[in-house]
Amino acid sequence: MASTRKDPVLVVLQLSGANDYLNTVVPFTNPLYWENRPNLGLPENQLIKFTDDLAFHPTMGPVKELWDDGQMAIIHGIGYENSSRSHFRSMDIWHTCEPDKVGTEGWLGRVIRDLDPTGDNVLKGVNFGQGLPRAMALRGVPVTSVSDLASYGVLTDIPAIGGGDDREQMLELFSRVYSPAIGTGTVMDYLGQTGRDALKGADIIKAAPEQYSSTIEYADNPIAKSLKSVAQVHLANLGTQIFYTQYGSFDTHFNQLPAHAKLWTDVSGAVNDFFADLREHDAADNVVMLVFTEFGRRVQDNGTGCDHGRGGVAFALGDAVNPGMYGEYPSMKAEDLFEGDMVPSYDFRGFYSTFAERWLGLDAKPIVGGEYEQLHFL
Amino acid sequence: MPSQEDFALMAHLMRRAGFGASRAELEERCARGYEATVEELLNPGGDSGIDEDDLYRYFPQFESSLAPVAAQTEWVYRMVNTQWPLKEKMALFWHQLFATGNSKVDNPPELLAQIGMFREEGLTNFPNLLVRLAQNPAMIYWLDNNGNHYGSINENWGRELLELFSMGVGHYSEEDIKEASRAFTGWTLGAKPPRQPVGRFYWNFEFKPEDHDYGEKEFLGHTGNFDGDDIIDIIVKQEDTARFLARHLYNFFVADEPQVPAWNITPPNDPSAIDTLVKAYMDSDADIKSILRTLFNSDFFKDARYQHVKSPAELVVSTVRMAGNYNQPRTGFTLLAFECGWQGQELMNPPSVESWHTGSEWIDGGALVRRVNFAAKLLSDTSLPGVKSIVAGLKERGNLSPAEFIRACLDLVGPVEVDEGTFDQLLNHAREGGDVSWDTEEGAAESEKRTGVMLAMIAATREFQFA
Repeated sequence: MASTRKDPVLVVLQLSGANDYLNTVVPFTNPLYWENRPNLGLPENQLIKFTDDLAFHPTMGPVKELWDDGQMAIIHGIGYENSSRSHFRSMDIWHTCEPDKVGTEGWLGRVIRDLDPTGDNVLKGVNFGQGLPRAMALRGVPVTSVSDLASYGVLTDIPAIGGGDDREQMLELFSRVYSPAIGTGTVMDYLGQTGRDALKGADIIKAAPEQYSSTIEYADNPIAKSLKSVAQVHLANLGTQIFYTQYGSFDTHFNQLPAHAKLWTDVSGAVNDFFADLREHDAADNVVMLVFTEFGRRVQDNGTGCDHGRGGVAFALGDAVNPGMYGEYPSMKAEDLFEGDMVPSYDFRGFYSTFAERWLGLDAKPIVGGEYEQLHFL
Repeated sequence: MPSQEDFALMAHLMRRAGFGASRAELEERCARGYEATVEELLNPGGDSGIDEDDLYRYFPQFESSLAPVAAQTEWVYRMVNTQWPLKEKMALFWHQLFATGNSKVDNPPELLAQIGMFREEGLTNFPNLLVRLAQNPAMIYWLDNNGNHYGSINENWGRELLELFSMGVGHYSEEDIKEASRAFTGWTLGAKPPRQPVGRFYWNFEFKPEDHDYGEKEFLGHTGNFDGDDIIDIIVKQEDTARFLARHLYNFFVADEPQVPAWNITPPNDPSAIDTLVKAYMDSDADIKSILRTLFNSDFFKDARYQHVKSPAELVVSTVRMAGNYNQPRTGFTLLAFECGWQGQELMNPPSVESWHTGSEWIDGGALVRRVNFAAKLLSDTSLPGVKSIVAGLKERGNLSPAEFIRACLDLVGPVEVDEGTFDQLLNHAREGGDVSWDTEEGAAESEKRTGVMLAMIAATREFQFA
């Protein structure tokens, strides 16, 4: 590995609420699709066909461009055994890789720890959004969570303190007040660490938007804003290797057709703009994106929507991705379904392992809690 | 004169059962006594706790506003200015438990009406609350019970009723979910009159007999032609339900517990406290007031000072109540509503039906920075009425050594309890300025300025993040 090689970067995009597999990657030649989706079947003449049997949702044109450019891998039938139909439980499982007990450590927390064992760079992992996803939570591993890149900093804009040396003095006091103390408990320790990390990260990261300029005009919606922030921080070369953000809600029990179309319009546009932005700055080659959701939805629609299901679909995107399809679309035949749901055929922990090992160069086993089949998309 | 311990305990009660209280209010309440205050909190007046005429005269745009932030702002106004702190606190408790979000409901007036229901019914009994909830239009829409039909069930409401609102994972089967969902078929939204010419109408609950499954159901070992009320009757008699609600009350009022998804495998931090609350539930037929009376008068509650990380709503509301600059209609309430969201708790828009994760999970780098900046800015502004009275309280204590100065500041702003390490750091800082004196005009001005800075630093401590 040449020393000039840029560090690999992973961007995780979570589709919260359970994205409907069948209406995202549509098996339009399968009569069972049409039989089970009398109300949700997408108009065939609007589908964006990309193989003889499969098509993207009509709003996924910008994603199809990535597919055509050879920058997209589709992972079929992803999930895990005894899939939970609870959003929260299932999301927890995806975040912690612990299907049998409630885990507290996030898999990306472990990734960040392994990428930066001394925790020197508090910006090694950056989340854009409200609150920290459990996937990035690991005691002792600093992660920066930013809701708004433009206004980030400790004790900013407080007239009684002022600026310059006075504020510097207060920041020093802040840092001492947040330093480790013996016997104050794990929550206090956690707060202390968080405070010191915030102090360190804030001054560095807020420079990112100042340095940024681009011809790409992102749309005005939360996922476009988040991915633009990811691009800004990535382009500022702050050493961030793990980015996280989410969008939703994909929980379309009701009125799915318009809701799902809006969601995929936003996501497709934002993802395409993001990669275009990176390419414009010659900074796309070391970035891959992982797109996942907590489970697929029920095969049979319930009227205007569909309920919680099992097997789902995930994507890997980016220049480095070996394009194509991996795994098989699960059978929709009645005898192959489990309580009306497609059965996952590929364990998500293998998907994660592929990124951890083949992209980030880490030992995947301790990160995902075992050995799982890796795929060749990386 | 109440002892320091009495003050500390009363301040604790008011932080938990309300949104904090000023020094003056604490003194009044201490004079009446702890148990009497608990009874006052448990027995609020029948009105909503604020002057509604005042509210809508100053903010006519709030009434039935379709903007989410208007609804959030109205609620924040109520939290800051309520005469009945526990009534409003219970609305927040039930909102965090029965989390319903505008991301899907897309109807702020309906969500505000749901919060109003929590406010009015919040201290009644659990069966009543579950029935009200099952018939609440925002909830029906949020969990798709309007799509739950005879012969074609939508199990979203049935599942969450059991998993997140009453019993918790692991105490029922997938079959129970389906049977419960059948029992709630036909519990739906009524058709609305057309909007023109008089404007929008609120949604209404409607029971549609023709869409209800009257067939026999098997639910938690019981068999019968159950409808939704029967299902709730069965649920509320389960000890698992008592235990689940007890743990929620403990987590909200007493001390932080692990996150809800861990509850079926992680024992409570204080099992005997939970047992006490479960017994109060079973003995009182799930009467919320009785359970809370037991809770607030228990030693486990009194001993739990600063064991609970403030939620963003608690932090924002209690800080402005302390600063005293939002106790009447004015501009700026909207920013308080936004602030709750920026700190990670967008009111009436929880991230999911699982609600917000609480305790230390309120805090991440971004949220901590916001919390610190928000509270430090307000409490360091010595022109605000609440901060002025803190300064006045300091003056009453005369000239102070650096250590006395810090103790007095901590006392008047809480009492806030800080660990030794924090105290020593604050002391090192205060020593640089020497003794605090009020003797000369110049000295008093300097002392006031130092007070502002010290209050900012107290607001920035770890300890200030706890209630």
